[in-house]
Amino acid sequence: MAKVLILFAHPAMEKSRVHQRLVEHIPKSAGIRFHDLYERYPDFDIDVLYEQRLLLQHDVIIFQHPFYWYNSPAIIKQWQDLVLEHGWAYGSEGRALAGKKFMNAISAGGSKKSYSKTGRNKFALTDYLLPFKQTAYLCGIEYLPPFVIHGTHRLTETDMDLHALQYEQMLLALSQDRISKPEIDSCIYMNDLVPIPNAIQS
Amino acid sequence: MDSNTVLFQVMVYLGAAVIMVPLAKRFGLGSVLGYLLAGILIGPAVLQIIGNEGHDLMHSAEFGVVMMLFLIGLELEPALLWKLRKAILGLGGLQVLITSVIISGIAYFLKLPWQSSLAIGMALALSSTALVLQTLAEKGINRTTAGRSAFAVLLFQDIAVIPMLALFPLLAIAGLSTETAGNEAEAWIEGHGGWMRALIVSGAVAFIIIGGRYLIPPLFRLVASTQLREMFTATALLLVVGIAVLMSTVGLSPALGTFLSGVVLANSEYKHELESDIEPFKGLLLGLFFIAVGASINFNLIFEKPLLIFGLVFALMLVKAIVLLSLGKAFKLRVDQNIIFSSSLSQVGEFAFVLLSFSLTEGIVERGYVEILMAVVAISMALTPIAFFLNEKIVLPFVDKRLSSTIAEKEADTVNEKNPVIIAGFGHFGNTIGRFLRAHGIKTTVLDIDSNRVEFLRKMGFKVYYGDASRYDILLAAGAAEAKMIIIAVDDAEKRLQMIETIKKHFPDLQMLVRSSTREDTYDQMNAGILHIYRETIDTSLRMGVDAMKLLGFRAYTAQRAARTFLRYDEQKLKDLSKIRDNEKEYINQSREYIEELEEIIKADIKQLHLEKDQGWDEDSLIADEKVKKDE
Repeated sequence: MAKVLILFAHPAMEKSRVHQRLVEHIPKSAGIRFHDLYERYPDFDIDVLYEQRLLLQHDVIIFQHPFYWYNSPAIIKQWQDLVLEHGWAYGSEGRALAGKKFMNAISAGGSKKSYSKTGRNKFALTDYLLPFKQTAYLCGIEYLPPFVIHGTHRLTETDMDLHALQYEQMLLALSQDRISKPEIDSCIYMNDLVPIPNAIQS
Repeated sequence: MDSNTVLFQVMVYLGAAVIMVPLAKRFGLGSVLGYLLAGILIGPAVLQIIGNEGHDLMHSAEFGVVMMLFLIGLELEPALLWKLRKAILGLGGLQVLITSVIISGIAYFLKLPWQSSLAIGMALALSSTALVLQTLAEKGINRTTAGRSAFAVLLFQDIAVIPMLALFPLLAIAGLSTETAGNEAEAWIEGHGGWMRALIVSGAVAFIIIGGRYLIPPLFRLVASTQLREMFTATALLLVVGIAVLMSTVGLSPALGTFLSGVVLANSEYKHELESDIEPFKGLLLGLFFIAVGASINFNLIFEKPLLIFGLVFALMLVKAIVLLSLGKAFKLRVDQNIIFSSSLSQVGEFAFVLLSFSLTEGIVERGYVEILMAVVAISMALTPIAFFLNEKIVLPFVDKRLSSTIAEKEADTVNEKNPVIIAGFGHFGNTIGRFLRAHGIKTTVLDIDSNRVEFLRKMGFKVYYGDASRYDILLAAGAAEAKMIIIAVDDAEKRLQMIETIKKHFPDLQMLVRSSTREDTYDQMNAGILHIYRETIDTSLRMGVDAMKLLGFRAYTAQRAARTFLRYDEQKLKDLSKIRDNEKEYINQSREYIEELEEIIKADIKQLHLEKDQGWDEDSLIADEKVKKDE
């Protein structure tokens, strides 16, 4: 069993169709902890000691957030700046997080096609996640492929429900250690490990 | 012991009521039946403490009915009437009309004079507002379709009583002896010609409407500004009594006059205050009235003719229930709802006592019939809780197994739409909150005790009511039982604590957000168990401090974070101190320590050296790390 910590960041969750569904589908089990950063720190005053204690108690850390300007909402950056202290998370003596796993769970307005050399976003979505990947590397954390929901403005209710189920299954698999290293290496998005059959997509 | 002294009489009546009403409520029979039982107990049938004076008593106690109509008028906001117009006029109107016609027809068929038949038909068509509304609310079905339909019918009946009272004198039968003492005032108006009389009557009505709108509110404002509660009560009583006198002077029903003035005042800011001032008087006088009715029930009659009386009860309730059932069906009530609706209204109500005793004094119905009917009405009321019980346990499960879910489903579109937030005190503290919530479409009910402010705010379009929010009745009238939270923002610290106690006692589910002034005040509230306390100056003084720091050259973000850290620390310390406050000595030591600690943390915060929070933005350790690498 792996303990999963979801650090959720959405500045206006009441307006988000996708994330409301995703959050509803987070399994209510003891091993999965949901932590709503904007709700907890509306003034951006992150409680560093508390956050560090939380990190130590979990094995898999997930940033769940919308993709704003090819990056996360502001509070995640604030969180990184303050919580991942030198001498604790990184630096010659900072090994507190070594051996843990990390990933992003993202909703993006652009389609998968738009995130390619010929698309209007020019680069793959994973390219834009490079700072997260390198941050993980510097802290000795294993970086997992992201969970991505593309084209959020065009999704039907059915598709959103399906993605929420997909997210739920992925979280269960992570918390029960059911995903092997070769499986992770073989996929670009974590979504690929929990495929949605074409027949039931709208 | 001279049993005729006034005090002794008062003691007997109050004693009987105090014993019987709680007992009756205990057994789920409702207060009306409790009063009736009290009357039976002290009446000729059982203890024989009071005899025939019951009839005289009924006259003075009828004033309770006048007050009741005033209160009903107060409750009738035009908007509510408009919303329910279809149910009130359709269901209610047809129920009263059809039932009266059928019962009158039966009475006429039994060879009663047509006047008597008509009076009996009208009296028996009514149901018991007090009993039914109470029972529906207790069972939690007042917001279902059945509950709302019953409410609409009862509303129409209550209003219909007024024209009925006005109509009864016209039904007087010449041959029958009238038992009234004769009204001199009526003689005064008899002396004028027809057109003159009409002029006087319409003048009086116009006076009530115009006076209610333009004279009464300034008068209340004046009285309220004396800050004497009893003056307000006196004024409210004077208003009701005055109108009653005026009405009987011009030969109109006092009930009609007070009802009218109630409607006129329904939208005034003094509505809740008036309600809670008149309510106890109305309750007691009505209680007295029911006791008198109970005392005058002729038990010999019931023992002599049990078959006749119970047969009448059964036939009457059956007729009423059938009329209601068919109307319910015509108005598309679902079967289960229709059964609740029609069985709940199948009894005869307290207004029947009023109308029947009135018809006796006016000489419309013979005493013998009235006595039989009084007994019938009382028994039908006594059967209502039993009818409810049988319905619930036997009839409804048989009709529809899904009933429970229907009852539980409370529809959002309720009759008495109450606001989720109550704000007590709308001075500069409360009004900022009120404006803020209003800007976000959150509906609030506001209570304030400054009558000038109330008047001004109402002009600005706020729903503000005059009333002392530490009183249970005012809170109840403002919807505290349904609201989610109350914001206590009054100036007076003592008053705030009173409110907290009242709310804790009567509305334990109501969330409290409380303003506090001094540290002492905050401790008192913490000890009272309040979780959400807001010290009125802390945020402003810290904001001022932030600006001061900025003007002194500190970075804006640094100053702001310092203020928030300070606030969190301060609140934590406050909590720690409140726990040990009883021990005076320890408190002084702790206070000193607190000030020292405070000094420390502020220093630390500004220098940003040991503030754990900001180490992620601090280069010191990175620089030190680089040095180590270089040395290696």
